[in-house]
Amino acid sequence: MSRMSRMSRMSATTKVIKYEMSNVVRSRWVLAYALFFFLVTDALLRFGGDGTRALLSLVNIVLFIIPLVTIVFGTMYLYDAREFTELLLAQPVHRRQLFAGLYVGLALPLSLGFLAGVGLPFALHGLGGATEGATLAALALAGVLLTSVFTAIAFLIAVRSEDKVKGLGLAIAIWLAFAVVYDGLVLLAVSIFADYPLERPMVAMMLANPVDLARVFLLMRFDVAALMGYTGAVFERLFGTERGVILALGVLGAWCAVPLALGLRWFQRKDF
Amino acid sequence: MIEMRGVSKRFGRVDVLRGVDLDARTGRVTAVIGPNGAGKTTLIKMILGLARPDGGRILFDGRDVANEVGYRARIGYMPQIARFPENLTGADLLAMLEDLRGGTTPVDRELVERLALGDQLAKPLRVLSGGTRQKVNAALAFLFRPELLILDEPTAGLDPVSSSILKDEVHRARAEGRTFIITSHIMSELEELSDDVAFLLDGTVRFSGTLEELKRVTRQANLERAIAQLMTRGAAA
Repeated sequence: MSRMSRMSRMSATTKVIKYEMSNVVRSRWVLAYALFFFLVTDALLRFGGDGTRALLSLVNIVLFIIPLVTIVFGTMYLYDAREFTELLLAQPVHRRQLFAGLYVGLALPLSLGFLAGVGLPFALHGLGGATEGATLAALALAGVLLTSVFTAIAFLIAVRSEDKVKGLGLAIAIWLAFAVVYDGLVLLAVSIFADYPLERPMVAMMLANPVDLARVFLLMRFDVAALMGYTGAVFERLFGTERGVILALGVLGAWCAVPLALGLRWFQRKDF
Repeated sequence: MIEMRGVSKRFGRVDVLRGVDLDARTGRVTAVIGPNGAGKTTLIKMILGLARPDGGRILFDGRDVANEVGYRARIGYMPQIARFPENLTGADLLAMLEDLRGGTTPVDRELVERLALGDQLAKPLRVLSGGTRQKVNAALAFLFRPELLILDEPTAGLDPVSSSILKDEVHRARAEGRTFIITSHIMSELEELSDDVAFLLDGTVRFSGTLEELKRVTRQANLERAIAQLMTRGAAA
């Protein structure tokens, strides 16, 4: 491919991102999302004692809310944008460019909403030291990664399923599976197979759940083994903190890349 | 300008199109007529690459459109349903398409002016009425002075004044030598606008030729009766 055409390909993607972002940002959803994080973080910093404790509480909120909002809002948005997608596809734009533009145009404002909502209160109240800053950075990274992963899954759903109600149901079911049912399954497995060596299957289960990966990645930063849960404890014992962090981040990256690659493949073959 | 050869398409178990041959000749208005579900919209979407044919070929100016993108810069498309990103304004949308097309020719705002869309373009698209959105939709198709205009039920949802303006635009652009493909269920409208007719039934083209030929073959005085005759004949066959 010549340099010229690669440049124009790049810019078509940026243009789609630009317009989609201004559309998403102007929707009240993203504002409400940012405001929610702002209010919660502010309240935790005001009434929850020191910054580290506020961050610890935030971890649980982030792990719960980001996947839910991202996957539901993302799926809904994509269904509503279907005619717009068709309009763009009728322009001289490659599907790959459009897909990239739509993805970034959705994941970026959601990430920015989260970052602004959590970051602003810390900027107002001040940070309690370098360790706290590093933990906040880790929380920000985990939040952005979770947003990227669940936006990718939302794309997968919306590209594959024609029916909005079904797609929305699927989105909620996937979130439930990762955020709620999963913990029950781990407990069940632990109690049933208590007599067997469970370390490896447990790690496998953890790698299969981006929410749990993000949780362990974040909790390894706090000295609270009790909160790590079964999978987290096993994970840290097996890999140690440093390698564990790298592995968790790498697998989270894969959780973003694989659905995206599959989504793009389906998107390129789809009939609109 | 457009040649379809043996184009077929199935959705699940339904054969929507079974070997369609269709031509849209340069500088002429081709009406695509057929009952609901005959595959008219699918046909149009395949010209634009929105849907891919399972078999057959679609040529734009003699070149196969499969895996091509650039030719779409020469097409203006007015889809059946006009739904846009709700938080953008009409002006944003126009700017975006201009941006994406990156054309050098100045845009054609005649339809924007004549449909008196000026003030409406400053509002978010979500607050516009269905009819106004349809007007924006029409203006978008003409905006880039495309060589080929594809209008999918263009006057559905438009008031009589707007739909007359739109039809005048079609006449004007046709006089400039541009090509049209139009679908509609309003036969009088197609009779007024079109040169050629392709009649689609059960996934194949049952008639293809000029409007005059159609009337002669069916021995009917107008398009509506001619098509009605083709349909009853099709049901009998």
